Amino acid sequence: MKEDSLLEMRGIYKSFPGVKALQNVDFTLRKGEIHALMGENGAGKSTLIKVLTGVHVKDEGVISLQGKGEVHIHSPQDAQKNGISTVYQEITLCPNLSVAENIYIARGKGGLVSWRSMNKKAQELLDSLGIDVKANQQLASCSIAVQQMVAIARAVDMDCSVLILDEPTSSLDESEVEKLFVLMRQLKERGVGIIFVTHFLDQVYAVCDRITVLRDGQLVGEYEIESLPRIQLVSKMLGKDLDDMADIKGESLPTGDPNSTPVYEAEGLASVEGIGPYNFEIRAGEVNGFTGLLGSGRSESVRAIFGADRVTGGKVKIDGKSVKITKPRQAMAHGIAYLPEDRKRDGIVGDLSVRDNIILALQVKTGFFKPFSKAKATEFADEYIKLLDIKTASVNTPIKSLSGGNQQKVILARWLLTHPKYLILDEPTRGIDVGTKTDIQKLVLKLASEGMCVTFISSETDEMLRTCSRLLVMRDRKLVGELTGDQLTQAAVMNTIAGGEKNAEQQ
Amino acid sequence: MKMKKILAVLSTAALCTAMFAACGDASSSSGSAASGGGSASGGKIKVGIINNDPNESGYRTANDKDLKEAFSEANGYDATFAYSMKNDEQIAAAQKMIQDEVDYLLISAADTAGWDSVLKDAQAADVKVILFDRTIDASEDLYEASIVSDMDKEGQTAVEWLKGQNLDSYKVIHIQGVMGSAAQKGRSQALTDAAAADSGKWEIVAEQTGEWNAEKAQQIVQSVIDSNKEFNVIYAENDDMAKGAVAALDKAGISHGVGKDVIVMGFDCNGWALKELLDQNWNYDGQCNPFQSSYIKDVIDKLEKGEKLEQKKIIMDEKGFDATTITQEDVDKYGI
Amino acid sequence: MPNNSKVQPPKAPLWARLTKHQIIIPIAALLALALFNLIADPSFFKITLNETSNGNKVLSGNIISIIDSGSELAILALGMTLVTAASGGQDISVGAAIAISGSVMLRVLCGSDSHSATLQAPIIVALLIACLVSMAFGAFNGALVAFFKIQPMVATLILFTAGRSIAAWINNNELPIVNDESFGYFGNYIPGIPIPTPFLIAIVCFIVTWLFMKFTSISLYVQSVGVNEKTSRLNGLNPEFIKLMTYVLLGLCVAIAAFIKVSRISTINYSVIAKDIEMDAILAVALGGNALSGGKFSMSSSVLGAYVIQFLTTTLYKFEVKATALPAYKAVVVILLVVLSAPTVREKLARLGKKLKKSKPAGQAA
Repeated sequence: MKEDSLLEMRGIYKSFPGVKALQNVDFTLRKGEIHALMGENGAGKSTLIKVLTGVHVKDEGVISLQGKGEVHIHSPQDAQKNGISTVYQEITLCPNLSVAENIYIARGKGGLVSWRSMNKKAQELLDSLGIDVKANQQLASCSIAVQQMVAIARAVDMDCSVLILDEPTSSLDESEVEKLFVLMRQLKERGVGIIFVTHFLDQVYAVCDRITVLRDGQLVGEYEIESLPRIQLVSKMLGKDLDDMADIKGESLPTGDPNSTPVYEAEGLASVEGIGPYNFEIRAGEVNGFTGLLGSGRSESVRAIFGADRVTGGKVKIDGKSVKITKPRQAMAHGIAYLPEDRKRDGIVGDLSVRDNIILALQVKTGFFKPFSKAKATEFADEYIKLLDIKTASVNTPIKSLSGGNQQKVILARWLLTHPKYLILDEPTRGIDVGTKTDIQKLVLKLASEGMCVTFISSETDEMLRTCSRLLVMRDRKLVGELTGDQLTQAAVMNTIAGGEKNAEQQ
Repeated sequence: MKMKKILAVLSTAALCTAMFAACGDASSSSGSAASGGGSASGGKIKVGIINNDPNESGYRTANDKDLKEAFSEANGYDATFAYSMKNDEQIAAAQKMIQDEVDYLLISAADTAGWDSVLKDAQAADVKVILFDRTIDASEDLYEASIVSDMDKEGQTAVEWLKGQNLDSYKVIHIQGVMGSAAQKGRSQALTDAAAADSGKWEIVAEQTGEWNAEKAQQIVQSVIDSNKEFNVIYAENDDMAKGAVAALDKAGISHGVGKDVIVMGFDCNGWALKELLDQNWNYDGQCNPFQSSYIKDVIDKLEKGEKLEQKKIIMDEKGFDATTITQEDVDKYGI
Repeated sequence: MPNNSKVQPPKAPLWARLTKHQIIIPIAALLALALFNLIADPSFFKITLNETSNGNKVLSGNIISIIDSGSELAILALGMTLVTAASGGQDISVGAAIAISGSVMLRVLCGSDSHSATLQAPIIVALLIACLVSMAFGAFNGALVAFFKIQPMVATLILFTAGRSIAAWINNNELPIVNDESFGYFGNYIPGIPIPTPFLIAIVCFIVTWLFMKFTSISLYVQSVGVNEKTSRLNGLNPEFIKLMTYVLLGLCVAIAAFIKVSRISTINYSVIAKDIEMDAILAVALGGNALSGGKFSMSSSVLGAYVIQFLTTTLYKFEVKATALPAYKAVVVILLVVLSAPTVREKLARLGKKLKKSKPAGQAA
């Protein structure tokens, strides 16, 4: 084992029924470095992390830690004992407990608890990390961003030598990401080795020292950040030599026919979540999007369109005819489809198979007395597994055992199967690899060209700029601006969000 | 959400109250005016009555009805009833009645044991205790009177009758009542003694508790039939269980009754059971007299007047009926 | 998008698929009990044709007793499975509900005279009215669970406590007896048919249930609601209505079970009828390998679970185990089965199995 290596993984193999997740993968982490672990959907990043943290047991291979030689990690407790801490993409804390309780839970001190000293210690920790929250607050009442940071505080407090951050920034806005980076650099100074798993290229280049790239369960290579320009990184991840992203730029954006009757039109739409009232319309073949800061009400706006939240007011017309849409069932009947933002809570039905998840919406649309036979359902599922390249052992696999990106594809398949007139995608590319992201963007454009209208929400503004012909800007749950044509630039979006009186005309 | 929860609690509470009201006979009458009949104290006599579940058997239903009629408001009583087939629940109810300061506490215990503290508490609170229907294992000083069926005697009468049938051998399926109850103990003891005394001639083929339940009795007998064991007597400790046993016999085509393959014995003398005797489908039924209220009232009257009781233990007069000698008159007179 | 060819596992043989499915648990239990009895006394399985005192030829034997006495439980298991799957909780009022249903039936049949000589109404009418009443009580339970979001065991506690008193009140605390012979056919034997009628009724219920699951999407909806209510709503389902429906369907099962029970003895005893059957019904669902917290379910497994319980009871009676000790034996068997079916234990066993496979000369990694 090399002298400055904190952690070495050599020759790791891991398989699941029907899927070879890792084949002969090596990974090295040095002391005091921030190391990015990158790869496409199903590349094996999650599996590698789970093997390191004891959630899965490797089939073959050696893991060594500095000062300890080879270690055997068979459970999360083993990992923790060896100084390996993890903060996962999906918050694994207890929402019903307080922040302080979450930080100190199950840390094995036993005996009686002094709440006061626990709260005090927790508050000190939070303050030292610059996290603005009270230690005795209930975790569920904090925003996702704060919950994430509490998870990190917990890991930090456990004096780890290896800290794994698995997609920590998916739910954070820019200022929060900055705070996280400050924290990470602090830990780096202390000598902690940080493994940073993420899809955000900008962030990787902002904070990391080295990058390891995986593809299809195998190691592509380990690189110093200075010696790997972005284009090369992406091409290594995709295994291609083209710049896919450049491909999309410059295509004319889908606007639909401005003279046609809008497929969907709402006047004074408002929901119980404090949205609106606002006016909204979309035409066949048009792709538009909602943008704004985290919490500005983008998701709530589209949920009101779908009837997912209780609608408190507004007149809705489909193809010019007045209709009533207050429940998802009605929205579906009128050809609207909605891919929710929180895929674990609102998207997947975890224990059910991939097949059942795919046909669910269409079954509800078709009716209670017309169930699909198993054969028909499998036919539908196979069609979309092929179309969207969903990686799953079989149609019977429970969806919860698929990777996040593949789960997203299944939900997308579900809604595409209903052949909607109007598709709403709320953060469809979150937690998905670069390759699939571009595929989804291409798909959106293709669907629009075939006459579907699409509303697209993404935290990555450049994604939206590449696909939307109109951007509705939200701030604090109100619609504050609409950008089209030449106004579709990053700068204009920022300005409108920020609330400059002069709009993009200035650009 | 919170509103919904409050609404839920309120409607549940309302529903529960409505249900208890619908069940009718749970609560006592609130007597303010003294309406004739009564006691020296110038108001109604407060009586707390602890009994087994009136739905337990026909006997119990008759017993409960009898008590309700006797201790009504019109007769000058303020009566509260508590029912359970479980001993600990009865004890808890008794304690509550003592706290409610009843004048008299009437008890028909589920189990003979465990009542010492209740009896002592009652004595300390000057509540007079009268036992009825079933005995309690306790010192006589702790209660005023007991008007009980002599369960042992019931059992003995039945077994004597059975011995009198002069069979060459007795192979008995013994279906017992709820274990530990006075009725079960008395009725079982006689049979157990007889079988032990003459083990050459007597054999207990199966002995299981049917818990006074016809369906369980049926399953027990069915199981014996399926195991191809021989038997010629069914000794069921109450009529319901005898009925269940007979159902199993009928299913298997085994004849029973007077002059047939299997002798059927029951207890309680329900009207319909005595009819079975009359029709000679069953052979014997032991009486268990449920009408204790008149005896109890006598005792209370005497105590109210300050008289001394001649005897503490009043044994109800009970007999056994034979299918060959029973008459329609008997059915009308004794059937409950 | 490129379509990476993935390894599609070959379709496994029936027995392999069976072992992975939850139905293996009740099957294993049945086999264990059968084996036990086979060793102890092979005549346990004997079936004979007897003549009853009415002159009917009927089958009898321990196996017949099992399928006969287990009918009510199996029918209840059907409804209880749906309730468990959709609402993640159990209905503990089914025993009391059977008392109410049976009481209603007798009230309709006997009118106000508890010893009436003739039927006051056709049996089918009594059954239909009892079904409606049971379903109404089921709707009551369902509404509490679905709309007021009360925990199922707490919500059904109301009827559990008050139900038998209501049943007694319906008939003025009397114990009516039906004197018509044809009423007894349904709980015992129809003249000319040697198979016990309760079993036939159970079979009909199974078939109807199977048809219902095949020709509607109830299975998908109930599972979806049970696993993730929020997602179900966003897919156009109405979780409240679906939950309510499961309780109403259980109410229907209650009425049929009550019909059989009352018909067995042509009378009723409110405190004793179907006593503790709710525990057995929940047990049947659990023995079938269904998660008591809701979600995916297998109806056939629950039904087999019900017969396992009955098989156990009959076996214990045969070995003259005292009826008071019965619950203790049940508990031990249940603990064993439930522990063996727990996911952690299964994982450990699977790992053990893999280790044993590995110790054999290794071939090419698949």
